[in-house]
Amino acid sequence: MIADFGYGVLVVSFLAALYAVGAAVMGANSKSPQLVESARRAMLLTWPLITLSAAALIYLLVNDHYEVQFVYEVTSRSMPTYLKVTAWWGGQAGSLVFWSWLMSAFASLVMLRKWDRDREFLPWVIMVCSLTVAFFLMMSIVFENPFARLYQTLDGISPHTFAPANSNLFIPADGRGLNPLLRHPGMIIHPPMLYLGFVSFVIPYAFAMAALITGRTDDRWIRITRRWTLWAWLFLSFGLVLGGRWAYDVLGWGGYWGWDPVEISAFMPWLTGTAFLHSVMIQEKRGLLKQWNMILVILTYALVIFGTFLTRSGVLSSVHAFASSPIGPFFMGFVSLTLIASIGLLIYRWPDLRSETEMKSMLSREALFLLNNLLFMSVLIVCFIGVIYPLASELLTGQKVTVGPPYYERATAPLFAALMFLMGIAPLSAWGHSTFMTLGRALWKSALVALGITVVIFFTYTHNWIALVGFYLVTFVLIVTLVEFWRAARARQKTQQENFFTALYRLMGRNRRRYGGYVIHVSMMLMAIGILGINLFQQQTQGTLAIGQSVKIAGYTIQYKDLASWDETAKGVNYTRAVISVYKDGQYLQDLYPRKDYYYDAQQTMTIPGLRPTLQDDLYIILVDWQPASDIGATFKIYVNPLVNWLWIGSLLFMLGIFIAAWPDQDPEAITVRAAQTSHQTSAAD
Amino acid sequence: MNRILRNTKYAILFMLVLAALWAGSAAAQAPTPTDDQVNAVARQLYCPVCENTPLDVCPTEACRQWRELIRTQLGEGKTESQIKQYFVENYGARVLGEPPASGLNWVFYILPPLLILAGAFALFRALRAWTRPSITETGTGESEAAKPIQDEYVSKMEDELLKRK
Repeated sequence: MIADFGYGVLVVSFLAALYAVGAAVMGANSKSPQLVESARRAMLLTWPLITLSAAALIYLLVNDHYEVQFVYEVTSRSMPTYLKVTAWWGGQAGSLVFWSWLMSAFASLVMLRKWDRDREFLPWVIMVCSLTVAFFLMMSIVFENPFARLYQTLDGISPHTFAPANSNLFIPADGRGLNPLLRHPGMIIHPPMLYLGFVSFVIPYAFAMAALITGRTDDRWIRITRRWTLWAWLFLSFGLVLGGRWAYDVLGWGGYWGWDPVEISAFMPWLTGTAFLHSVMIQEKRGLLKQWNMILVILTYALVIFGTFLTRSGVLSSVHAFASSPIGPFFMGFVSLTLIASIGLLIYRWPDLRSETEMKSMLSREALFLLNNLLFMSVLIVCFIGVIYPLASELLTGQKVTVGPPYYERATAPLFAALMFLMGIAPLSAWGHSTFMTLGRALWKSALVALGITVVIFFTYTHNWIALVGFYLVTFVLIVTLVEFWRAARARQKTQQENFFTALYRLMGRNRRRYGGYVIHVSMMLMAIGILGINLFQQQTQGTLAIGQSVKIAGYTIQYKDLASWDETAKGVNYTRAVISVYKDGQYLQDLYPRKDYYYDAQQTMTIPGLRPTLQDDLYIILVDWQPASDIGATFKIYVNPLVNWLWIGSLLFMLGIFIAAWPDQDPEAITVRAAQTSHQTSAAD
Repeated sequence: MNRILRNTKYAILFMLVLAALWAGSAAAQAPTPTDDQVNAVARQLYCPVCENTPLDVCPTEACRQWRELIRTQLGEGKTESQIKQYFVENYGARVLGEPPASGLNWVFYILPPLLILAGAFALFRALRAWTRPSITETGTGESEAAKPIQDEYVSKMEDELLKRK
């Protein structure tokens, strides 16, 4: 009953979205504001409708309705209620509904903004958003119905949307339970963040398309979507960082990023999105790169859909999985169609998007931004080919291949280094015009100080030249950026008679995007320290210890003290926990408790490391294996990950930076109007 | 004389064989390879079953057995590349972290740098096109169009100033 209701509402919301598309297009063509308004209302209706359907799904999840296949697959009686709720996005069918729900929420938010100044965009924004929502809803309705129930027929038990003839509803006693890896708090917030990032990038795309269709190709669409883009970027970045932290805490391989295709498919729209964030500034300031920005926003949208396709169609495990499930071709069709339509529109408007001014110097800030874009695109090329090649190889030659971290690290490291270098010099180059002389004069002191620090690092820490280049770039960018802050705040302090911190605070408030951006650059450098540390200096060892025995690594002495195994029946988990004492230089530090949790319902094991984080390094111990009935002991894998916590500290600062940049302030146009009014008043007073 | 020489030759050969045998048995009795030695090889291999999980950290039973296989082969004195070769022969090229540099795979290695270079070239061309004409055009543009206006403006200003005096 509830399942039928949920499914029915899903169908209605699909029809509403479809109606919105049709009404918007017709309203725009016949210049009928009523029709467009009707489309807007239909769009606004989809969110409450999908919410209703989602509520039905959550009701089924929470109340153990195992006759529903999706509920059977992702929950079990032993799971706590909050996990049953979050199981909504723990499986394929539910996560697609979740996607539609978030997408329609964002589209509704856009609908509620003031449209007085740009009415002509409205129908086309409705069209793009509704079409995207309709596409995802259609997939839920036709291929991945989360409300499908299990029926017993003569052929066995299988899921059906409607009861087949001569069948009985099959109600399993218990569900299979959520994959234990997904029961981690990081995994509960990580997918929503990633999806939020994905769906919110649809908004700038929708406005870009509206601008192309209406021919209003000034930078109006960019000004409207500036904050949307920043928030989209915030969510996507946050999603990526959370995913990394989750992997570090749960996957038990001592790392946070494995260049897995699933990770990369979320990273690719981030790359184009980041390039877009930079290059829109050139369009706003100098009226350049209009065509390029269109390309970037189209690419970002295509990569968002493509990323969802990669992770949702099963194509990654095998190309043949793609062919066996109808979802793959359908997705591919949608990506290709939207891509072709967008590019077609872009070509049609190409002449209107010519730059208003010209570039003056190859070292100007806009030229360096272009270089930045080239580098981001290069990383994208590396990632895209890395993800696609195994599929192409299997398809063309039948040979299955793996593209693993060595390829990505080798190919992207120089690109990231070049990006870091740009982060150092671009903030000091001027818009319009810069020469080697002006840049050199602004930079040489910082470059020299950074060199001094690198020499110190050479004598005290490492002789690894890759690390030295990395640390040099990090210190260079840090010095340049911090000096920028300091100089601007001092200047303000002098003119405004404020104390240094007030001056700094007000300064950042006045130019949020610039200083938010600089905070993000600083955070990137902290993250780079962590990445350099764990990638270049990680130490690891594995060994079997009897109780009382110890092993030494990187100055730590790790002593195996005890091991216990017990069942927690209420949770349906068996825990095996080792006690490890950690010493450094003969001094006792603390006990660590690496664990293995076995989930009876899902029949899966989860590895929880014993972790001792410090600013210097992380001691990360995994319980690999143990012999319960003998004193042979237990096997541990021990990692020492130097500097890795700077990655997490950097991530937090990164979030702060985006908040600074994206925090809503007054409407810039309202400010200009007000400024004009006050100047008018003053001149009148004169 | 010859016979003695031949006999010593045989004796030396015999001793060499003995020595080789003894060394071989010593190698066979060498301590089994440590986990770290096994992992050093396993890290470069990818489990043929679990996607994209390096063999050294894969928790499945199958992977544990494969690690034991590496241990046995290391114990037999096989080198890292021989073991990798064994895995490739038995489970296909996908066990390697990167596509082997053979067959069509050159496309994979050549394509990214080629595309990046093409992008760099396109960017360079665009920058050149943007910067160069701007200097000449604005230069001539200013001399022909901007100057008279400026002159007019200046002369008006001067007139105005003269009037006020």
